[in-house]
Amino acid sequence: MKKDNKNTNINSPWIMMALVLVVALVFAAIYRFYSGLGAATNLSDDTPWGLWIGVDVLAGVALAAGGFAIAGAVYIFNLPKYKPIARAAVLTGFVGYVVVSISLFFDIGKPLSLWHPLIMWQPHSIMFEVTWCVVLYTIVLALEFSGPYFESIGARKTAAIMTGRPVLVPLAIAGVTLSFLHQSSLGALFLLMPGKLHHLWWTTMLPYNFFISAIAAGLAMVSFESIIAAKAFHHRLNPEILQGLAKGTAITLLVYFIFRMGDILVKGNISLMFDGGAGTLFLIEMIFFVLIPMLMLFKNTRSTNGMVVVMPQVLVLLGVVFNRLNILFLAQYKQGVSYYPSIVEMAITLGLIASIIVAYKVAIIKLPIMALKKPYTSFDN
Amino acid sequence: MEKAVLVDMTRCIGCRACQVACKEWNERKVVQTTFKGDFTNPLKLSSDCYTNIRFVETEKNGRPVWSFVKDQCLHCRYPACAAACPVGALTKTDKGPVVYNYDKCIGCRYCMIACPFDIPKYEWDSTRPWVQKCSFCSERIKDGMLPACVKTCPTTALCFDDYDKVVAEAESRLKKYPQKYVQHIWGHHEAGGTNWLYLSDVDFEQLGFKSGVSDVSLPDYTWPPLSSIPAKVAGIVTLMSAIAWFRGRGSQENDKS
Repeated sequence: MKKDNKNTNINSPWIMMALVLVVALVFAAIYRFYSGLGAATNLSDDTPWGLWIGVDVLAGVALAAGGFAIAGAVYIFNLPKYKPIARAAVLTGFVGYVVVSISLFFDIGKPLSLWHPLIMWQPHSIMFEVTWCVVLYTIVLALEFSGPYFESIGARKTAAIMTGRPVLVPLAIAGVTLSFLHQSSLGALFLLMPGKLHHLWWTTMLPYNFFISAIAAGLAMVSFESIIAAKAFHHRLNPEILQGLAKGTAITLLVYFIFRMGDILVKGNISLMFDGGAGTLFLIEMIFFVLIPMLMLFKNTRSTNGMVVVMPQVLVLLGVVFNRLNILFLAQYKQGVSYYPSIVEMAITLGLIASIIVAYKVAIIKLPIMALKKPYTSFDN
Repeated sequence: MEKAVLVDMTRCIGCRACQVACKEWNERKVVQTTFKGDFTNPLKLSSDCYTNIRFVETEKNGRPVWSFVKDQCLHCRYPACAAACPVGALTKTDKGPVVYNYDKCIGCRYCMIACPFDIPKYEWDSTRPWVQKCSFCSERIKDGMLPACVKTCPTTALCFDDYDKVVAEAESRLKKYPQKYVQHIWGHHEAGGTNWLYLSDVDFEQLGFKSGVSDVSLPDYTWPPLSSIPAKVAGIVTLMSAIAWFRGRGSQENDKS
């Protein structure tokens, strides 16, 4: 790490702060493995799933959906406009999924048995299916990402194969298929809880709600980090890409809104929205994190100023986190029980987010990610 | 033959012998508790307590009534926990018990969330934690013995037999004493049916039995999305391949060019 600091522009204050958080993560991790879940977390029999499952896994997987969405746009729908951000989107997905797997390692009670679902099959379990899809999709992302890696080490022949359409198109198709399955299945996890999860969220349409909102979150994430990366690396971004992403997010939000409200209307659950408590959470979700960003994005689909979409796209990102946390904690709601993450839980979640930022930045500096036609040295200011 | 237990709460005297027998047979740790102004002790189930008696005070016809509710795993006929478990650590056995295999368990705790009755508990203080819950004394049943709690019950509040016979017995008691019982066998249809069934003289909801438990067996909600995966995969792959082929005609250049 120290060596990198000298050779590249990695030592910005943001990255230093991220590194401090990564160090805190290491200490928190040691404490968690030596003392067990009970001592390290505020989880209990009343709240068996907390911050890690909510933010690192449920929201994390949704936020990493940009990888399959952009790969699909470029290699299946043949929209070459998005090619300049395809590698960055795949990088986000890859780093995201690796971090999701690491966070599961912290969360499960017996981390050394994390591999069990690969051997001990239980095809009647949604969790079993999610595990398999996440493993397979992480492999797909690694393969998609191997092209830039082989380019960077000068293995030209291998790189040419791994960046050719005969490889990338099938990988994109596999990515879309696997992502549809596990993004929707993360919602299907809660289908077992019709008696527990509030019926503004619990519906047999829950898998589709998860999938659609993941696409919105994935596109918002790609858009957000393209803007940040362009700023950090003083690199000009084609405004048409941001406009297209804004339009894509907005249309996805519209579909999501119609889907969810339509379902609630059909099931006759409209009155639940105004019962205070959970109903209020639902209204906040739909108004502040769906309707408002959707209108802001539709209004700015032609704007050449990239910054105007930052605010609504960030709202979409926060919205998916809010939605997943609402579902997670409403499903576990019991009167008189409250949960607030412990210092260790927060240190690990923040540390994992920080390590995503560090890994992303190192990858962008070391590998040809940002612009396809220029060698990577060109954005080493 | 599938076994079941009938808990007739009108016969329970709250002696808690079942609690003690359960703790002894399953070698659960004794935990020091304090008097909380309630006879329920310990206050709730935990990894060291598979069953306990809740003392609930209610009113019936203007007179106070004291009810004793036995909590433990209800051993659903179509258990959500077993459908939740990604490694098959929880399974429904032919004789009725839902049993746990600690060798397989990875500790994801999805079973705890999925259970409609919040029964599975976790060994939070251990660095190699297991899920813990009542096993219906499956080893004893296998050897033709009664579950420890049933064996020890002095008032026949617990009745162990074949599932059909237990249901028939419950129905005959309801018919014989219509004044005494609430006309409902709790567990007959709840969550698709459970192997532990309850009779009561007080409204079940007042006794803390969960309302809002649907009569649908819960795995019926997750099996449709799972069983349709092969069809979904075939459909998406075909559709995406077709789109890629139509949209990609003529563009054979690779990523680099």
